Amino acid sequence: MADHAHEEHSEQHYIRIWAILLALLVVSILGPMLEIQAVTLVTAFGIALVKAYLVVKHFMHLNVQPQYVTYLLATALVFMLLLFAGTAPDVMKWEGQHWSKPANERPASDAGGSHH
Amino acid sequence: MRPIANTRSAAGIPTGRLAVWWVLASEIVIFGGILASYIMNRLSHDWWADYAANTSTPIGAFNTFVLLTSSLSAVLAHAAAERGDGKLAARRLLYTIAGGGVFLCVKAYEWTMEISHGFTISANGFWSFYYTAAGVHASHVIAGMILMAFVARDAAKNAELHRVELVGIYWHFVDVVWIFLFPLLYIAK
Repeated sequence: MADHAHEEHSEQHYIRIWAILLALLVVSILGPMLEIQAVTLVTAFGIALVKAYLVVKHFMHLNVQPQYVTYLLATALVFMLLLFAGTAPDVMKWEGQHWSKPANERPASDAGGSHH
Repeated sequence: MRPIANTRSAAGIPTGRLAVWWVLASEIVIFGGILASYIMNRLSHDWWADYAANTSTPIGAFNTFVLLTSSLSAVLAHAAAERGDGKLAARRLLYTIAGGGVFLCVKAYEWTMEISHGFTISANGFWSFYYTAAGVHASHVIAGMILMAFVARDAAKNAELHRVELVGIYWHFVDVVWIFLFPLLYIAK
Protein backbone atom coordinates (compact mmCIF):
# COMPACT_ATOMS: atom_id res chain seq x y z
CA MET A 1 0.00 0.00 0.00
CA ALA A 2 2.80 2.32 0.96
CA ASP A 3 4.56 1.40 -2.27
CA HIS A 4 1.44 2.19 -4.22
CA ALA A 5 1.21 5.61 -2.60
CA HIS A 6 4.87 6.21 -3.42
CA GLU A 7 4.33 5.29 -7.08
CA GLU A 8 1.32 7.55 -7.36
CA HIS A 9 3.40 10.33 -5.93
CA SER A 10 6.17 9.70 -8.42
CA GLU A 11 3.76 9.79 -11.38
CA GLN A 12 2.36 13.06 -10.07
CA HIS A 13 5.92 14.29 -9.79
CA TYR A 14 6.53 13.57 -13.49
CA ILE A 15 3.33 15.34 -14.46
CA ARG A 16 4.35 18.35 -12.36
CA ILE A 17 7.74 18.50 -14.11
CA TRP A 18 5.95 18.30 -17.49
CA ALA A 19 3.68 21.22 -16.47
CA ILE A 20 6.74 23.27 -15.49
CA LEU A 21 8.34 22.45 -18.86
CA LEU A 22 5.23 23.67 -20.69
CA ALA A 23 5.16 26.88 -18.62
CA LEU A 24 8.82 27.48 -19.52
CA LEU A 25 7.99 26.85 -23.18
CA VAL A 26 5.33 29.59 -23.04
CA VAL A 27 7.81 32.02 -21.46
CA SER A 28 10.42 31.22 -24.12
CA ILE A 29 7.87 32.11 -26.82
CA LEU A 30 6.58 35.29 -25.14
CA GLY A 31 10.01 36.64 -24.11
CA PRO A 32 11.27 37.48 -27.62
CA MET A 33 8.02 39.34 -28.36
CA LEU A 34 9.32 42.17 -26.16
CA GLU A 35 12.07 42.58 -28.79
CA ILE A 36 14.74 43.33 -26.20
CA GLN A 37 17.87 41.39 -27.12
CA ALA A 38 18.94 40.59 -23.55
CA VAL A 39 15.45 39.32 -22.71
CA THR A 40 15.39 37.20 -25.88
CA LEU A 41 18.75 35.62 -25.02
CA VAL A 42 17.69 34.81 -21.46
CA THR A 43 14.20 33.57 -22.31
CA ALA A 44 15.25 31.58 -25.38
CA PHE A 45 18.60 30.07 -24.43
CA GLY A 46 18.57 30.44 -20.62
CA ILE A 47 15.22 28.68 -20.49
CA ALA A 48 16.43 25.99 -22.91
CA LEU A 49 19.21 25.20 -20.42
CA VAL A 50 16.69 25.01 -17.55
CA LYS A 51 14.36 22.78 -19.58
CA ALA A 52 17.23 20.47 -20.56
CA TYR A 53 18.32 20.30 -16.90
CA LEU A 54 14.81 19.34 -15.79
CA VAL A 55 14.50 16.60 -18.45
CA VAL A 56 17.98 15.19 -17.75
CA LYS A 57 17.47 15.16 -13.98
CA HIS A 58 13.84 14.15 -13.60
CA PHE A 59 13.10 12.10 -16.74
CA MET A 60 16.53 10.58 -17.52
CA HIS A 61 17.44 10.31 -13.82
CA LEU A 62 21.07 11.20 -14.45
CA ASN A 63 21.39 12.35 -10.83
CA VAL A 64 20.91 8.79 -9.52
CA GLN A 65 23.43 7.20 -11.93
CA PRO A 66 27.02 6.62 -10.78
CA GLN A 67 29.04 9.82 -10.96
CA TYR A 68 31.18 8.55 -13.84
CA VAL A 69 28.16 8.63 -16.19
CA THR A 70 28.02 12.42 -15.72
CA TYR A 71 31.76 12.60 -16.40
CA LEU A 72 31.27 10.50 -19.53
CA LEU A 73 28.68 12.94 -20.90
CA ALA A 74 30.69 15.96 -19.75
CA THR A 75 33.73 14.66 -21.64
CA ALA A 76 31.66 14.56 -24.84
CA LEU A 77 30.53 18.15 -24.17
CA VAL A 78 34.15 19.23 -23.68
CA PHE A 79 35.04 17.73 -27.07
CA MET A 80 32.20 19.73 -28.59
CA LEU A 81 33.60 22.91 -27.03
CA LEU A 82 37.06 22.00 -28.33
CA LEU A 83 35.62 21.69 -31.82
CA PHE A 84 34.01 25.11 -31.41
CA ALA A 85 37.17 26.74 -30.06
CA GLY A 86 39.33 25.17 -32.77
CA THR A 87 37.19 26.11 -35.76
CA ALA A 88 35.28 29.24 -34.69
CA PRO A 89 38.13 31.71 -35.39
CA ASP A 90 38.29 30.48 -38.99
CA VAL A 91 34.56 30.85 -39.47
CA MET A 92 33.87 33.96 -37.42
CA LYS A 93 36.82 36.17 -38.36
CA TRP A 94 37.45 37.63 -41.79
CA GLU A 95 41.09 38.39 -41.24
CA GLY A 96 43.88 37.83 -38.73
CA GLN A 97 47.44 38.91 -38.15
CA HIS A 98 48.90 37.17 -41.21
CA TRP A 99 45.86 36.14 -43.20
CA SER A 100 42.61 37.36 -44.67
CA LYS A 101 39.83 35.54 -46.43
CA PRO A 102 39.45 35.85 -50.18
CA ALA A 103 36.81 38.33 -51.29
CA ASN A 104 34.44 35.59 -52.45
CA GLU A 105 34.21 34.26 -48.89
CA ARG A 106 33.33 37.60 -47.39
CA PRO A 107 29.87 38.55 -46.15
CA ALA A 108 28.68 40.44 -49.22
CA SER A 109 28.93 37.42 -51.54
CA ASP A 110 26.94 35.17 -49.23
CA ALA A 111 23.97 37.51 -49.28
CA GLY A 112 23.58 37.24 -53.04
CA GLY A 113 20.92 35.00 -54.55
CA SER A 114 19.59 33.90 -51.21
CA HIS A 115 16.48 35.98 -50.69
CA HIS A 116 13.28 34.42 -51.86
CA MET B 1 17.30 -17.56 -25.87
CA ARG B 2 17.94 -14.52 -23.70
CA PRO B 3 20.46 -11.78 -24.41
CA ILE B 4 23.19 -12.14 -21.82
CA ALA B 5 24.93 -8.79 -21.72
CA ASN B 6 22.21 -6.28 -21.03
CA THR B 7 21.02 -7.06 -17.51
CA ARG B 8 24.25 -7.92 -15.72
CA SER B 9 26.23 -5.20 -14.03
CA ALA B 10 29.96 -4.82 -14.34
CA ALA B 11 30.16 -1.08 -13.76
CA GLY B 12 27.68 -0.29 -11.00
CA ILE B 13 24.71 -0.04 -13.34
CA PRO B 14 23.12 -2.57 -15.72
CA THR B 15 25.32 -2.95 -18.80
CA GLY B 16 22.41 -2.19 -21.13
CA ARG B 17 21.86 1.18 -19.46
CA LEU B 18 25.58 1.95 -19.55
CA ALA B 19 25.51 1.20 -23.29
CA VAL B 20 22.70 3.73 -23.76
CA TRP B 21 24.71 6.40 -21.93
CA TRP B 22 27.68 5.63 -24.21
CA VAL B 23 25.45 6.04 -27.26
CA LEU B 24 24.24 9.38 -25.90
CA ALA B 25 27.82 10.55 -25.28
CA SER B 26 28.56 9.94 -28.97
CA GLU B 27 25.27 11.62 -29.91
CA ILE B 28 26.33 14.70 -27.95
CA VAL B 29 29.34 14.97 -30.25
CA ILE B 30 27.18 14.47 -33.38
CA PHE B 31 24.48 17.01 -32.47
CA GLY B 32 26.96 19.21 -30.60
CA GLY B 33 29.08 19.44 -33.75
CA ILE B 34 26.09 20.47 -35.85
CA LEU B 35 24.84 23.00 -33.29
CA ALA B 36 28.30 24.44 -32.62
CA SER B 37 28.92 24.86 -36.36
CA TYR B 38 25.51 26.50 -36.76
CA ILE B 39 26.10 28.89 -33.85
CA MET B 40 29.51 30.05 -35.10
CA ASN B 41 28.10 30.63 -38.59
CA ARG B 42 24.96 32.33 -37.28
CA LEU B 43 27.02 34.71 -35.13
CA SER B 44 29.24 35.67 -38.04
CA HIS B 45 26.40 36.11 -40.57
CA ASP B 46 24.04 38.76 -39.15
CA TRP B 47 21.80 38.57 -42.18
CA TRP B 48 20.88 34.96 -41.41
CA ALA B 49 18.35 36.55 -39.03
CA ASP B 50 16.37 37.54 -42.15
CA TYR B 51 16.31 33.93 -43.31
CA ALA B 52 15.43 32.68 -39.82
CA ALA B 53 12.46 35.06 -39.84
CA ASN B 54 10.83 32.70 -42.36
CA THR B 55 10.61 29.76 -39.94
CA SER B 56 7.26 29.33 -38.20
CA THR B 57 7.45 29.85 -34.42
CA PRO B 58 3.90 28.48 -33.79
CA ILE B 59 4.75 25.25 -35.66
CA GLY B 60 8.08 24.90 -33.82
CA ALA B 61 6.37 25.61 -30.48
CA PHE B 62 3.63 23.05 -31.19
CA ASN B 63 6.24 20.41 -32.00
CA THR B 64 8.10 21.27 -28.78
CA PHE B 65 4.85 20.72 -26.89
CA VAL B 66 4.37 17.37 -28.67
CA LEU B 67 7.89 16.15 -27.86
CA LEU B 68 7.74 17.27 -24.21
CA THR B 69 4.42 15.44 -23.85
CA SER B 70 5.79 12.30 -25.53
CA SER B 71 8.66 12.40 -23.03
CA LEU B 72 6.10 12.49 -20.22
CA SER B 73 4.40 9.33 -21.52
CA ALA B 74 7.84 7.67 -21.91
CA VAL B 75 8.76 8.35 -18.28
CA LEU B 76 5.29 7.25 -17.14
CA ALA B 77 5.86 4.02 -19.11
CA HIS B 78 9.09 3.60 -17.14
CA ALA B 79 7.17 4.11 -13.88
CA ALA B 80 4.64 1.45 -14.93
CA ALA B 81 7.44 -0.96 -15.92
CA GLU B 82 9.13 -0.46 -12.56
CA ARG B 83 6.06 -1.75 -10.76
CA GLY B 84 5.81 -4.67 -13.18
CA ASP B 85 2.78 -3.46 -15.15
CA GLY B 86 4.00 -4.36 -18.63
CA LYS B 87 0.66 -3.81 -20.35
CA LEU B 88 0.35 -0.24 -19.08
CA ALA B 89 4.01 0.42 -19.92
CA ALA B 90 3.41 -0.82 -23.48
CA ARG B 91 0.31 1.37 -23.85
CA ARG B 92 2.21 4.42 -22.66
CA LEU B 93 5.05 3.65 -25.06
CA LEU B 94 2.49 3.55 -27.85
CA TYR B 95 1.36 7.06 -26.81
CA THR B 96 4.99 8.14 -27.12
CA ILE B 97 5.24 6.58 -30.58
CA ALA B 98 2.05 8.42 -31.53
CA GLY B 99 3.67 11.65 -30.30
CA GLY B 100 6.65 10.96 -32.56
CA GLY B 101 4.22 10.38 -35.44
CA VAL B 102 2.48 13.71 -34.85
CA PHE B 103 5.88 15.43 -34.67
CA LEU B 104 6.93 13.96 -38.03
CA CYS B 105 3.60 14.80 -39.73
CA VAL B 106 3.86 18.42 -38.57
CA LYS B 107 7.47 18.51 -39.77
CA ALA B 108 6.48 17.10 -43.16
CA TYR B 109 3.81 19.81 -43.51
CA GLU B 110 6.26 22.49 -42.40
CA TRP B 111 9.00 21.40 -44.82
CA THR B 112 6.52 21.15 -47.68
CA MET B 113 5.44 24.74 -47.08
CA GLU B 114 9.02 25.97 -46.86
CA ILE B 115 10.26 24.10 -49.92
CA SER B 116 7.28 25.33 -51.93
CA HIS B 117 8.36 28.89 -51.03
CA GLY B 118 11.83 28.19 -52.43
CA PHE B 119 13.54 27.64 -49.08
CA THR B 120 15.39 24.49 -50.12
CA ILE B 121 18.45 22.90 -48.53
CA SER B 122 20.68 24.57 -51.12
CA ALA B 123 19.10 28.06 -50.89
CA ASN B 124 21.80 29.36 -48.55
CA GLY B 125 23.85 28.47 -45.46
CA PHE B 126 21.00 29.01 -43.02
CA TRP B 127 18.61 26.67 -44.78
CA SER B 128 21.38 24.08 -45.21
CA PHE B 129 21.86 24.02 -41.45
CA TYR B 130 18.10 24.14 -40.86
CA TYR B 131 17.38 21.00 -42.90
CA THR B 132 20.52 19.18 -41.77
CA ALA B 133 19.97 19.75 -38.04
CA ALA B 134 16.21 19.12 -38.11
CA GLY B 135 16.68 16.20 -40.53
CA VAL B 136 19.27 14.42 -38.39
CA HIS B 137 17.00 15.02 -35.41
CA ALA B 138 13.94 13.67 -37.26
CA SER B 139 15.88 10.53 -38.23
CA HIS B 140 16.52 9.98 -34.51
CA VAL B 141 12.79 10.39 -33.85
CA ILE B 142 12.07 7.70 -36.47
CA ALA B 143 14.73 5.37 -34.99
CA GLY B 144 13.26 5.90 -31.50
CA MET B 145 9.75 5.09 -32.70
CA ILE B 146 10.93 1.82 -34.28
CA LEU B 147 12.94 0.81 -31.20
CA MET B 148 10.00 1.67 -28.95
CA ALA B 149 7.65 -0.51 -31.01
CA PHE B 150 9.87 -3.55 -30.37
CA VAL B 151 10.21 -2.72 -26.67
CA ALA B 152 6.43 -2.20 -26.34
CA ARG B 153 5.73 -5.54 -28.04
CA ASP B 154 7.82 -7.36 -25.41
CA ALA B 155 6.60 -5.20 -22.53
CA ALA B 156 2.98 -6.08 -23.33
CA LYS B 157 3.95 -9.68 -22.54
CA ASN B 158 5.71 -8.53 -19.35
CA ALA B 159 9.07 -9.42 -20.90
CA GLU B 160 12.30 -7.39 -20.88
CA LEU B 161 10.71 -4.58 -18.88
CA HIS B 162 14.11 -3.00 -18.11
CA ARG B 163 14.26 -1.97 -21.78
CA VAL B 164 11.37 0.45 -21.22
CA GLU B 165 13.71 2.65 -19.21
CA LEU B 166 16.55 2.29 -21.73
CA VAL B 167 14.50 3.37 -24.74
CA GLY B 168 13.03 6.15 -22.59
CA ILE B 169 16.48 7.57 -21.79
CA TYR B 170 17.20 7.69 -25.54
CA TRP B 171 13.87 9.40 -26.25
CA HIS B 172 14.43 12.05 -23.58
CA PHE B 173 17.80 12.82 -25.15
CA VAL B 174 16.12 13.37 -28.53
CA ASP B 175 13.75 15.70 -26.65
CA VAL B 176 16.70 17.60 -25.13
CA VAL B 177 18.23 18.10 -28.58
CA TRP B 178 14.97 19.64 -29.79
CA ILE B 179 14.86 21.87 -26.70
CA PHE B 180 18.03 23.50 -28.08
CA LEU B 181 17.06 23.39 -31.75
CA PHE B 182 13.80 25.24 -31.05
CA PRO B 183 15.33 28.54 -29.84
CA LEU B 184 18.20 28.31 -32.34
CA LEU B 185 16.04 27.83 -35.44
CA TYR B 186 12.68 29.34 -34.46
CA ILE B 187 13.14 31.97 -31.73
CA ALA B 188 16.40 33.81 -32.45
CA LYS B 189 15.33 35.99 -35.38
